[in-house]
Amino acid sequence: MAEPKQVSKQASKQKKFGVLAEYDSAAAIFKACEKVRDAGYKRWDSYTPFPVHNLDKAMGIKPSVLPWIVFACGMTGAASGLLLQWWSSTIAYPLVIAGKPLFSFQANVPVTFELGILFSAFGAVFGMLGLNKLPQLYHPLFNIARFARATDDRFFIAIEASDPKYDLEKTRKLLEETAAVAVEEVDD
Amino acid sequence: MSAHHKKVSDIEDKQIQIDKASLWAKLPIIGAVLAVAGFALGYFSPSPGGVFAEDAHLWHAKQWTAYLNGFMFALSLGFGGMIFVIIQHLVRANWSIVVRRLAENAMFTLPFVALGGLPLLMGDTGKNVFEWMHVEEMLHDPMLQAKAAYLNTDAFAARFALYLFLWGVVCLLFWKWSRAQDNAKTTEEADALSYKQRFLAPIGLVVFALSMTFGAFDFMMSLDPHWFSTIFGVYYFAGIALTFHAFLVIVCFFLQRGGMLQGVVTPEHYHDLGKFMFGFTVFWTYIGFSQYFLIWYANIPEETDWFQYRAHGQWLSLSMLVIFGRFVLPFFLLLRRGWKRNPNYLVWMAFFVVGMQFIDMFWLIQPPFAHHAASAAHKAGAVEVAEYFHNSITLTGADFGYFIGFVGLFLALFGWSLTTSKLVAIKDPRLEESLNHENF
Repeated sequence: MAEPKQVSKQASKQKKFGVLAEYDSAAAIFKACEKVRDAGYKRWDSYTPFPVHNLDKAMGIKPSVLPWIVFACGMTGAASGLLLQWWSSTIAYPLVIAGKPLFSFQANVPVTFELGILFSAFGAVFGMLGLNKLPQLYHPLFNIARFARATDDRFFIAIEASDPKYDLEKTRKLLEETAAVAVEEVDD
Repeated sequence: MSAHHKKVSDIEDKQIQIDKASLWAKLPIIGAVLAVAGFALGYFSPSPGGVFAEDAHLWHAKQWTAYLNGFMFALSLGFGGMIFVIIQHLVRANWSIVVRRLAENAMFTLPFVALGGLPLLMGDTGKNVFEWMHVEEMLHDPMLQAKAAYLNTDAFAARFALYLFLWGVVCLLFWKWSRAQDNAKTTEEADALSYKQRFLAPIGLVVFALSMTFGAFDFMMSLDPHWFSTIFGVYYFAGIALTFHAFLVIVCFFLQRGGMLQGVVTPEHYHDLGKFMFGFTVFWTYIGFSQYFLIWYANIPEETDWFQYRAHGQWLSLSMLVIFGRFVLPFFLLLRRGWKRNPNYLVWMAFFVVGMQFIDMFWLIQPPFAHHAASAAHKAGAVEVAEYFHNSITLTGADFGYFIGFVGLFLALFGWSLTTSKLVAIKDPRLEESLNHENF
C-alpha cells in the first residue's frame, strides 16, 4: 500500500501549469477574455475550435513584431540575391553575354526580386513558428481529458502559473465568476 | 463579435446626401468652369516662340499632344470607375459596397469624357499627333505599310465608334441599375437589380479588357507607329487600377471632412483601399519592368528606340521620376498597416499616386512628339533645334490648359452624378456587411 501514497505525495509536489476554464460558446469566452484582460494578466491564452473574430482585441494582444521580421528578411534576401549575381558574374565567372556589361541591374532584377520574396516567405513562416514557440512536442493541457473538445465544440482559457499576478485562489475565483462551465487546475 | 453592430437603418440621411451648403454641391459648376477655362487656355495659348517660332505645324503638334495627354489622364479615371465596379460585382465583394456608388459616379464619366477623342478624328487634326495618318509617308515605309490595314483613319474611326458604343452601354447600364435600386420598393426588386448587375459584370469585364487594351494601342502606342508592345494595354490598366483606388481615398476623405459618410466609410475601408494602392504599385512595377526587360534583353533596334529617346537629358530625369514616383516611394510609404489605416496620411499618398498617373501619361505621350520634332529638325539640318527636342521637355500653357480642362470636364460629370443621387447604394442587399466590414 506504500505505492499509491508515494504517488499522491509526488502529485502534491507537482509543478502547476495554471488554471483552465471551459466555455460552451464563443460569446461566453469573448466576455471572459475581456475580464481576464482587464484583471491585468499577461501570460495566458485562449483556445477555440475556430477563429473567433476580434478575440485578439478582447484579449488585448499587441500587434505582432512579425511584419518587421518579414521586412528585414525580404531586404536581406533582395540584397543577397543582388550580391550573389554580382559576385558570380563579375568575379567568380566573368562572361560576356549578348554584348551586355558583366554587371547590369536589368538582368539582375528577377533573381533579386525572387530572393526577396523567398526570404520574406521564410521570415513569415519560420518567424510565425518561432513567435508561437512551435513545434512544441509537449503541452500540459493535453493531459486534460476535457481539453480534447477544444478542436470540436468547446472554448478554453488557460491562465499560466508563471504569470506575475497568478494566485491559485484569486485566479480560480476570477474564472469561476465568468460564464465558465468548468474550472480546474492543471499540472505541468 | 464587434461590440457595436451597425444597421443600415442607423444611417442618417445627411450622411448619404451631398450637403447643400458644402463645396461638394457646387462641384458640377466648379468642374464646368475649370473645363471651359482650361480648354480655352489650351486652345488659345500662343506659341511660346523659341524653337516653335518658325513652325506653326510644330506648335499645333505640341498642342494636340498636350490635348491627348489630358484626355488619356481623365479617361483613366473613368476607366478606373468602370473596372472597379465590374470587379466588385464579379467577385461579389462585401467590403466595397459603401464606396461603390462613388466608383459608379466616376464610371458615368467614361463615355462622355471619351467624346473628347472626336476632335482627333475631325479633318486633319489627328495628323498633328499620329504619324500614321500621313498616308504619303506611309507609302515609303515598309514597316508602316505592313500595319496599314490596322493603322488607317477609317479603321481608327470605326474602332473608336465601337468603343464609344460599348463604354456607353456597359457604364450607363450599371449606373442606371444601381440608381434604380435606391428607389426599389421591395427587397425582391432590390435583389433583382443586384442580380442584373452581377450578370453584366463578366460581360463588362471582357468588354473592358479588350476596349481598354485596343484603346491604349490606338491612342498612345500608335504615337510611335514603328514600335509595338503586347503588354502596353496592361501597363495602362495597371496605372488605371492604382490611380482609381487612390482617387476613391481622396473622394472619401474630403466627403468625410465635409461631414458626410461619417461612420459609413471607416478606417477598415481605407485600409483596403490602401492595400490595393500598395498591391497595384507592385503590379505596375511588375508590368512596367516586364515591358522594359524583354526589350532591353532582345536589344532589337525597332523596339529599343522607344526607350532610347526617353533616356536623354531631361527625358531621362522624367523616366527616373516615373520609376521612383510610381514604385520606390509608394512601395515603402504604403508598407505599414498603421499608415494605410490613417486617412490623414493615406490621402497624401493618394494625391501623390493620382499626380503620378498624369506624369506617367506624360511619359508615354509626350516623348514621341519630341522625338519626331528632333528627327524632322535633324533632317532639315537644324542641329540646335534637334538637340533641344532631343534633350528637353517642353512645358507650355497648352499642357496646363488641357490638363485643367479635362480634369474639369471629369469633375463636372462626376460632380453632377454625385449630387443627383445618394452617396451610397442604400438598398444594396449586402450593405450591412460592408458597413461592419473589418480586417482581421
